[in-house]
Amino acid sequence: MTSPLLKVEGLTKEFAVRGGPPVQAVSGVDLSVAPGEAVGLVGESGCGKTTTGRMLVRLLEPTAGSITFDGRDITHLRGRALRPLRRDIQIVFQDPYGSLNPRHTVGSIVAMPLEVNGIKPPGGTRRRVQELLELVGLNPEHYNRYPHEFSGGQRQRIGIARALALNPRLIVADEPVSALDVSVQAQVVNLLRGLQRDLGLTFVLIAHDLAVVRHFCQRVAVMYLGKVVESGDREDIYAAPRHPYTRALLSAVPELGEGGQGRIRLTGEVPAPTDPPSGCRFRTRCWKAQEICASAEPELVPRGGSRQAVACHFPEPESAHAEGEAAHGAAG
Amino acid sequence: MFRFVVKRLLSAVLVLFAVTMLSFLMFFALPGDPVSGMCPKNCTAERLERVRVELGLREPKLVQYAGYVKGIFVGRDLGTAQGGHCDAPCLGFSYVRSEAVTDTFKRVLPVTLSIVIPAAVLWLVLGVGLGMISALRRGTLLDRLAVGFALTGASLQLYFVGAVLLLVFTYTLRWIPVPHYTPLLEDPLDWASGLVLAWMALAFLFSAIYARLSRAQMLETLSEDFVRTARAKGLSSWQVHGRHALRAAITPLVTIAGLDVGSALGGTFITETTFGLQGLGRTTVDAVHGGDLPTVMGTVILASVFVVVANIVVDLLYAVIDPRVRLR
Amino acid sequence: MALPAEVDLNPAPPPAEPAAPVAPEVAGRSPSRLAWARLKKDRVAVVSAAVIVLMLVIALGAPLIEWAYGIGPYDDFKARLDRFGMPLGYAGGIDGDHWFGVEPHLGRDIFIRLVYGMRTSLLIATAAATLTSVIGVLVGLAAGFLGRWVDAILGWVMDFALAMPFMVFALAVVPTVALRFYGPRDDIPPLFRGVVLVGIFAVFGWTGTARLVRGQVISLREREFIEAARAAGAGLGHMLFKQLLPNLWAPILISFSLALPSYVTAEAALSFLDVGMVEPVPDFGRMINKSINYLQSDPAYVFFPGITIFVMVLAFNLFGDALRDALDPRSSR
Repeated sequence: MTSPLLKVEGLTKEFAVRGGPPVQAVSGVDLSVAPGEAVGLVGESGCGKTTTGRMLVRLLEPTAGSITFDGRDITHLRGRALRPLRRDIQIVFQDPYGSLNPRHTVGSIVAMPLEVNGIKPPGGTRRRVQELLELVGLNPEHYNRYPHEFSGGQRQRIGIARALALNPRLIVADEPVSALDVSVQAQVVNLLRGLQRDLGLTFVLIAHDLAVVRHFCQRVAVMYLGKVVESGDREDIYAAPRHPYTRALLSAVPELGEGGQGRIRLTGEVPAPTDPPSGCRFRTRCWKAQEICASAEPELVPRGGSRQAVACHFPEPESAHAEGEAAHGAAG
Repeated sequence: MFRFVVKRLLSAVLVLFAVTMLSFLMFFALPGDPVSGMCPKNCTAERLERVRVELGLREPKLVQYAGYVKGIFVGRDLGTAQGGHCDAPCLGFSYVRSEAVTDTFKRVLPVTLSIVIPAAVLWLVLGVGLGMISALRRGTLLDRLAVGFALTGASLQLYFVGAVLLLVFTYTLRWIPVPHYTPLLEDPLDWASGLVLAWMALAFLFSAIYARLSRAQMLETLSEDFVRTARAKGLSSWQVHGRHALRAAITPLVTIAGLDVGSALGGTFITETTFGLQGLGRTTVDAVHGGDLPTVMGTVILASVFVVVANIVVDLLYAVIDPRVRLR
Repeated sequence: MALPAEVDLNPAPPPAEPAAPVAPEVAGRSPSRLAWARLKKDRVAVVSAAVIVLMLVIALGAPLIEWAYGIGPYDDFKARLDRFGMPLGYAGGIDGDHWFGVEPHLGRDIFIRLVYGMRTSLLIATAAATLTSVIGVLVGLAAGFLGRWVDAILGWVMDFALAMPFMVFALAVVPTVALRFYGPRDDIPPLFRGVVLVGIFAVFGWTGTARLVRGQVISLREREFIEAARAAGAGLGHMLFKQLLPNLWAPILISFSLALPSYVTAEAALSFLDVGMVEPVPDFGRMINKSINYLQSDPAYVFFPGITIFVMVLAFNLFGDALRDALDPRSSR
């Protein structure tokens, strides 16, 4: 196995709250992304996945933990030292309306990363921008148009072209299709897949939509309340989720639901991140929770022979091909 | 609420402190000679020097400033040439007028207040009333007239309006006597007839501004959800407009009124000059031309106190009307 | 939510997306072009703009008008006054030579002095509005974008500037500053007076623009295009002037256009109080000040400067309102 392009260990982000204890939006996320791979970061809104993404591209300063990119610790790079990194890691945003400056033409939006880094591409900036527009499936003639003249999907393509301008190696895509019509989502996901294949790009895809992740990502990490509760290869996670939360998530999607088992309805609210439950954070909504769940925090460790890691005291049994290593806890 | 009041008062004290500091620096501590401007035409060098010493200008700036601030709060002793002891809100002594600045103010302030208070009542009632009515009757002839009035008024100059009023009512029709000041308690009728032109001029311009603001505010409020909800609930239009909309629309107006105390004072200065009334404004203009720095500085401080106090009152009122404010 | 079952695996971009809902003839229009189109349709805006342009032409072409008219602003015509110093003839001495009559006592031509007075007024107002806008935008950008202690300090300075009674302060400061640089009986060059006035306006006038810009910046700051620029490695200068500033033109233009008439008014008011521009420079405020002494004997005198300045301020106010409506269609007049 090649060494990972991006390695995240114990990444934590606290936000100060006036007149109260700090809120831990992300508490100790571990993640490893191999070159050319697409990893999906999945979870409900408010689980810290967007905050994690913002830290990966260093828009937010991590409170604790480390981010290693291509063997280099980039956790606390600042100022000039950060600049070369900016070229390597880019981000695609969720909101196709807010992420494009309404007063700039498409040309200057896509050219912006070149401009701020003082890059003069061979053949001129305009040529380069038009290449990029073509690459993402836009008409290069639209160079001088303004964002408000485009549809949501087209705007998202502009945002992707901008992220590609610096020839990055890693792109963090924060819910890139969740604001789009379902019919357009597929087109944008296909575009990203094509880019991953043709340009050898590495992706971290942040999404709440499990279907999108399954179409695009080779590996998946599921987050709940600031922590990764399960991670592994796509096939393993989707075929045999081992964390109860993952199971519940999957069962909510009709096409993906476990055959015949029906939907698992989670009861209760997601606890406030200001005051997370002790021990396992999912225990307040878990149907398998026992005393140990309140006292000891389960670690995210691979169980069994596969690469599938799960943070649960009572994980679901492994899928058929690893039957022997069944969980000791009672199921259901 | 209590913390809000304390915070507000502290910041007001800070502002006033900065105002005195700034004016003091400007008037007495800049390089140059403030005394030569105060002295009548052919002052001898010795006389100038004596004035400088008496004014304390030979002392360090900080000592001078400390003395001035001390005078404001507890009073202080000035030289015999400056009238001896100067009582608590002491703003210094004016050579030009040969009296303590505070005494001058005691004399001229009633004139200014007699002009500005009735005028303010007039323009608030007229302006807000007109604005509300024209918002409720949007698009009618009345509304258009009100909008036209507001635009005209906002574009007119106070002194020009004053001159035209004077020309029409005093010099041509002879209905109103030449503007003058009689104390209210002496002869209320004469008090009013002497100042009515000033009230009219001020009220005309300022009510135009308020009509414009309150109309816009009212229109915005009327389009808000809670007003529509109130209508949908079946409340009568009078209840809706009177209770819900008016209250919501008046809240921001209160702030503007507070901020406007400064410009109202400026307006009074112009009014007094136009009509030849010897109030604070006219006195200050004279002091400016006569190089009477203690009086000028006194006016600046007094005016700042007015503005700051008005703003505190407005903020407190605002916090009472609109509880959200206190959270800030 | 799920993807459609039939997912096209061909990475070639399908052009099947719905086209932008914009009519072809509007395509390629920037938001400012759209505002311009709205403005051109507004009759009030067109008329008031025409008046403003006419005034600018008069102000700029004053020497040309002087040449065509044949009378300068400082020429006196004492022969046109009676022995009390009052203009001979009807309504302040109006006739073919002196279109608006002559001044009592000094006998100077009122028309050409109004022409030059417009020059004084517009020059000072434009300079002051430009300067205050620049300061206001810089302060607003800094306070809004940097936040934290920068915002706190600038906010306090703003409150402080607002707490100062402007007219009173200007009244006190202008002559004091003049006294500092020139003796009590020296002649003060008009340029110096003008600079002091503009300076005073700048010191007090920037708060409005700054507040407006600050508010806008705070709402723009969290938008993702700012984060995109940061993620691309953009510096502070790029953020402020390339990303934020283009989104601020509307409020800046509106506050600039509304500041102009307020400075015309303020300059005239200070000159009326005799602390603005001084003789012999032609100035509206001082003309009205002098005319008040002749209200009974020469009532026509007050109307020419009074109505000129009214038309000027009205045109600016109307245009400012129209501009706001065009740039921000949600606001209603």
